[in-house]
Amino acid sequence: MPTITIDNKKVEFENGMTVMQACELAGAEIPRFCYHEKLSIAGNCRMCLVEMEKAPKPIASCAMPAGEGMVIKTNTDTIQKARKGVMEFLLINHPLDCPICDQGGECDLQDQALHYGFDKSRYEENKRAVKNKHMGPLVSTIMTRCIHCTRCVRFSTEVAGVDDLGLLGRGESAEITTYLEKTIDSELSGNVIDLCPVGALTNKPYAFKSRPWELTKTETHDVLDGVGSSIRVDTRGKQVLRVLPRINEDTNEEWINDKTRFAIDGLSRQRLDKVYIKNDNKLNVADWDTALNKIKYELNKRGKEKTIALSGKFTDAETIIASKLFLDGLGSNLYDCRFDNAQIIHNESESYKFNSSIQEIENADSILLVGSNPRWEASVLNARIRKAYINNNCKVGVIGPHLDLNYPYTKISNSLSGLNDIKEKKSEFSNIFHNSKNPLIIIGTSAINNSEGASVLKLCADIAKKLPNYSNTFNPLNILNQDISRVGSLELGFVNKEFDKNFKENIKENIQTNKPVIFLLGLDEIDPKNLEQAFVVYIGHHGDLNAQHADIILPSPAYTEKTSTFMNIEGRVIQTSRCHNPLGEAKEEWKIFRVLSDLMNCDLQFNNLNDVRKYLVDNNKNFLQILECNNTSNLSFASPEVITELTIAYNISNFYMNDSISRSSETMANCTNEILNKAKAS
Amino acid sequence: MKHPGMTNKVYNISNDVFNWSEDNFNRVSEIIKKYPNSRQQSAVIPLLDLAQRQNSGWLSKTAIEKVAETLSMSYIRVLEVATFYSMFNLEPVGENFVQICRTTPCWLRGSDKLTKVAKEISNSKLGETSTDNKFTIVEVECLGACCNAPMVQINDNYYEDLDEDNFRKILIDLKNNKSINKGSQIGRQTSHPKRGNDA
Repeated sequence: MPTITIDNKKVEFENGMTVMQACELAGAEIPRFCYHEKLSIAGNCRMCLVEMEKAPKPIASCAMPAGEGMVIKTNTDTIQKARKGVMEFLLINHPLDCPICDQGGECDLQDQALHYGFDKSRYEENKRAVKNKHMGPLVSTIMTRCIHCTRCVRFSTEVAGVDDLGLLGRGESAEITTYLEKTIDSELSGNVIDLCPVGALTNKPYAFKSRPWELTKTETHDVLDGVGSSIRVDTRGKQVLRVLPRINEDTNEEWINDKTRFAIDGLSRQRLDKVYIKNDNKLNVADWDTALNKIKYELNKRGKEKTIALSGKFTDAETIIASKLFLDGLGSNLYDCRFDNAQIIHNESESYKFNSSIQEIENADSILLVGSNPRWEASVLNARIRKAYINNNCKVGVIGPHLDLNYPYTKISNSLSGLNDIKEKKSEFSNIFHNSKNPLIIIGTSAINNSEGASVLKLCADIAKKLPNYSNTFNPLNILNQDISRVGSLELGFVNKEFDKNFKENIKENIQTNKPVIFLLGLDEIDPKNLEQAFVVYIGHHGDLNAQHADIILPSPAYTEKTSTFMNIEGRVIQTSRCHNPLGEAKEEWKIFRVLSDLMNCDLQFNNLNDVRKYLVDNNKNFLQILECNNTSNLSFASPEVITELTIAYNISNFYMNDSISRSSETMANCTNEILNKAKAS
Repeated sequence: MKHPGMTNKVYNISNDVFNWSEDNFNRVSEIIKKYPNSRQQSAVIPLLDLAQRQNSGWLSKTAIEKVAETLSMSYIRVLEVATFYSMFNLEPVGENFVQICRTTPCWLRGSDKLTKVAKEISNSKLGETSTDNKFTIVEVECLGACCNAPMVQINDNYYEDLDEDNFRKILIDLKNNKSINKGSQIGRQTSHPKRGNDA
């Protein structure tokens, strides 16, 4: 490996690195504004100047490729002076409004001005002022603060894939804007707030709410989509004020989507914080004892062995295992998690996991999307597909109706029968697909939530098995679940064959004949009409679509209020942390089932969270390793099925509001109005 | 300094439509052909120029959008280019776009007087269009013909070795739609010394 000398220290570096990256290897910190690891190099802020031997003047280390034998100095007097000069220029037009700036306390410019700034200004001319720009309901702008690093422009063009932001004019009149101040039309737009090194682009809903040092910061994971992005939740008291991404190369890189970031105001609206019992068609506040005894009475009256439990979008693994053990104790196995009617192959974990891992998308050179809109179903995963398109010119084929994706794609068919053509290499795309080195299949739940679902999985497995990159260690078949709860529930066997094929009809029929007690674990995606005959116990945190139809409501904490375990789409085990105490009387679900089990004499053996987790691991060893996923590559269910003509309908119609938390969020409602409805109107 | 090429605002006229004229449509495809495959977007500057010529010397919102659509670029990318170069005018200009050089050599040789004449004849302020739509007068920095200072550029042509009198005549002729001679107004060959070829 080539070596470079940095501050008299020799370090080895990899070819293709820049001087700045080599300096970081040597432990020398280089100040920067425009440079960002995940974006292309611009080299326009000039803050990263270093001295290079034999060079007549300082060089911008972010844009200079490191070379064998270079001698770099990062902390000489010349460099200090040069950086001070750059800083003085940057500050010439920067307003002194730190006291009212939301970036205050976490501002790169503020921090670096501490080291390289002068205590007074030598500039006596007029300062420039720039009109603020409208960029939508999420990003607020104070453009006079902008230092033209163009990180936001590069992010929206390269990562988000929407050519919305640009730098107009030049020199003193340069300004960042969207075309005619239109809204940024991307579900990753919030990331420009983190990228902005100054306070020019800030979080609109969070404006003037708090200072960074007043907040309690908790590292946790997101549960609003299947990816389980690593996030940091900032809270004050019992209020979640903002969500920021954490770097996790396995899942979300450095980004999070706008729902993860901005739906948090939904956490303090429409909350279920008390126990409710329905009397005379009206929900009245009650206490836990009365409610639990009422459930006991109904369980005995209606037949405890007929009890049903259905999980929802955010049901964690602890709840799943506790409710499963409880139902087992009652003598019932009528539990299921496939409320969207997604078909799986029983006992085959490869039929519901994202087997190849999310990171592997980067290496793909062709991707077949079957009934999936990754841009909405898993936005940060979609950013990886775009990355593959940019870096490897990845070809994308779509089976399903028209999609608004941020990379070019070939549409194969509206109907699932397009899979037959792929298998028989009939369509144009199938040749590209079969001849590429690293093809991947991504199946969305919209492709498998129908009567053909199991056949689709079998046929895709058959196709996957014949792909060049399929091996014992690599599985190119991926299922993209939309919900964080799904993979964990299926891994724990929270599924019943009785509800196969047609979930809705089966549940309806079961309820009409048996009139059982049904536990909805935060499930809102089921038609309340089908529940009329049953005694409905809703355990959840939001008074959303189904809570009002429940006979008893038991409040439980939301994902920021409890430590719980999930499996993301890859089967990666993630644990959320409690960021603040639950609201009102909410109790963790496993505690509720523990008390109920005492009442029903079915003797559950756990008394604390660790006990529950022991059961988790006993039930499925994959829960043992946090942040790891163990995926296999057998595809033993592969078979050359033939799919009938069946048009795909995507099962997500509004990215911003598709679960109980985001439906309660005002910010998300604004986004729906300003972004989605406007797009529809034009 | 007010200048229609130095604004970041998009000027929109309601119900304005921009379509390539038949001639220009053919030229567009010829221009695009000059660039390698998948690099067609490099044609953005020549196309903006073509659109500006077709649209009486300035780029309207619809013209910018037409160029973007022709090259499958996003609007903002084209607007970035159009705002970067001061030669692309983003506001309507008169029939004669008069750019008076005011950098040191021209200024020493009397460009201030030319500005005064131009204002007087067009009866408008700097950066504005005269009411008869004949002139837009602006002051600009060096246009690179200092040897024949003072000079102005009117549309595509340079007019050099000016003084108050011959510049006034040029402007009056333009106002009356008479033809005028471009280049040096005292018969100088290119940048030869003033006395002729005897130097």
